[in-house]
Amino acid sequence: MSLGVAGARHMQAFLGSLGRLARNPFATILTLLVIGLALALPAALQIFVTNAQAATGDFANAVDLSVYLKTDVPLAKAEQLARSARERAAVAEVTLIPADKALEEFRTYSGFGVALEALKENPLPHVLHVRPREAASSTAALESLRRYFAAWPEVDIVQIDSEWVMRFNAILEVLRRLLVIAAALLGAGVLAVIGNTIRLEILNRRAEIEVTKLVGGSNGFVRRPFLYTGVLYGFGGAVLAWLIVEAAVAVLGQPVATLAQLYGSRYILQGPTGDDIGSLLAAGTVLGWLGAWISAARHLRSIEPRA
Amino acid sequence: MIAFERVSKRYPNGREALSNVTFNINTGEMVFLTGRSGAGKSTVLKLIALLERPSRGTLLVNGKNTSTLKTRHIPAFRRGIGVVFQDHKLLADRPVFDNVALPLVVAATPLKEIDKRVRAALDQVGLLGKERMLPFELSVGEQQRVGIARAVITKPPLLIADEPTGNLDPDLALEVMRLFRRFQDVGVTVVVATHDLHIVREFGQREIVLDNGQVQGEAADSLPSVVATR
Repeated sequence: MSLGVAGARHMQAFLGSLGRLARNPFATILTLLVIGLALALPAALQIFVTNAQAATGDFANAVDLSVYLKTDVPLAKAEQLARSARERAAVAEVTLIPADKALEEFRTYSGFGVALEALKENPLPHVLHVRPREAASSTAALESLRRYFAAWPEVDIVQIDSEWVMRFNAILEVLRRLLVIAAALLGAGVLAVIGNTIRLEILNRRAEIEVTKLVGGSNGFVRRPFLYTGVLYGFGGAVLAWLIVEAAVAVLGQPVATLAQLYGSRYILQGPTGDDIGSLLAAGTVLGWLGAWISAARHLRSIEPRA
Repeated sequence: MIAFERVSKRYPNGREALSNVTFNINTGEMVFLTGRSGAGKSTVLKLIALLERPSRGTLLVNGKNTSTLKTRHIPAFRRGIGVVFQDHKLLADRPVFDNVALPLVVAATPLKEIDKRVRAALDQVGLLGKERMLPFELSVGEQQRVGIARAVITKPPLLIADEPTGNLDPDLALEVMRLFRRFQDVGVTVVVATHDLHIVREFGQREIVLDNGQVQGEAADSLPSVVATR
C-alpha cells in the first residue's frame, strides 16, 4: 500500500468518525462535557498550585529573621543596633522597620484603621529585618543567628520566618499530591467513559462490522474509525477543559487582584501556560486513544461474521 | 479450486453438521449444492469462506489450507471470495454505491478506481443509475443484485451464494442465476447452495447433494470429483 493511499484511508476514517459525531450532536456534547469536566478539575488544581507558588515566590524562598525589639527601645538605639547587626559575618542585609512605619502599613492594609486611631500611643516595636548570607541559611546557622540576636538585652523575640516557609511548602506539597491523585482518578474516569462510549458504538454498528469483516476487512481496518472517535472525544474534551479553566481564571482574576492588593502585592492570577495547554491536550488525546483501543480490542474480536 | 478431504464439522453444541465429506470443485466450474434444510449446505459455504474451520479433515480453498491459515491472514483470504447471502446483508443506512464499494475500500483501492469499478459492477447487474438510493428503496430482486455486485466487485476467482433466490419469484430467480452463469463464463468458480430443484434442472450444472451431513450418491469417502451428477 502506498503512503498516499494509506494517508487517504486514515483521512477517510478520520472524517467518517467526525461526521458520525456531528450527526449525533446531543450525545456527542454530553460525552465531551463529561470528559471536559473530568479533565478540567486536575488542570484547575495545577493552575492553583502554580499560582500559589508564584504569588508567594519571594516569601517561599525567604529564610529571613525578624528581630522584634522591646517597645521601650528608642529609634536611635534601634538604628545603632541595625548597624552592629550588619557587621556580623553571617548577615547579608539588615532593614530597620521603624514602629511608625509599621503602624502606617498596618493601618493601610489591615482594615483596622479606625480602631487604631483610638490608641494613644504606638503599640508596635521597631523591627530589624535580617537577611542572612546564602552560606548561613542552613537550619543550624539560622538557629545560631537567632540565639545571637535573642541574647541582646534590647531584643524581645526573634522569629525565623522560614518556619512559615516550611509550613507553606508542606501545604503546597499536600496540594501537589492531591493533584496527582485527582489526575490519576479522573484520568481513569475518562478512560472508562470513552471505553464505554466506544463499546456502545461498536454494538450499534455490529452489522456493519460483520459485513466489513466478511468482505475481507482486517481488524486494523475495522478498529481504525473507533480509534479516531476515541481520539476526537479525548481531544475535544481536553479543549473543553481548557476553555473551562480559562473561564474560571477570567472570573477569578479581578477578586484575586483585589486580594493581592490587600496584601500589598500586585500579583495577577496566571492562566494556563502554553506548556500547560499542550500537556492537557496531549493527555486528553492519549486517554481517548487508549480508552478506544482497550474497548476495541476487547469487543471487536468477538464480532465475527455469521452466515 | 476447492478440495474437501474427509472433512467433518462439529459445532460447540455437539451437533455434527458435516461427517467425513470429500469432494472437489474445479476452477471455472459452476456447482449447485442441494439438499434439505439442515443437510449441511450452509456449513459447507461457511467452511469455504472461513467463517468456520473444519473440526477434522482438510479443506483447501484457492490453494490455502483453511485449517492452518493464520487468523491474521483471514481478511486477505476472504478478499479472494465473493459471498452472496439470501438476506443479502446490505448496510441499510448506506447508499447502493457505498455498499458495493465496501470490498474495495477495505482493500485500499484508490478512490478514482473505486468510482469506475462500482459503476462497472452496477452496470453488470443492471442497476446503473441507482448508486445514490438506499437499499430499502429498491425491490427485493434489486437488493439481491446489489449484493451480487458487492460480491464480484473485487473480481474474485471464487463466488459462493447461500440460497440467493430464496426470497425471489421464479422469474427473478432465473435472472439471478443467469447472472451467476455469466460470471462462470468469464472464468469465475461459482458455488450456489439452493433447494430450488427447478432451477438446478433448468441450468443443468453439476450438483452436489447433501443429506444429513454427508454427500449423497457416492460413498462419502470416495475420491474427489466422482460425486457429480448431471
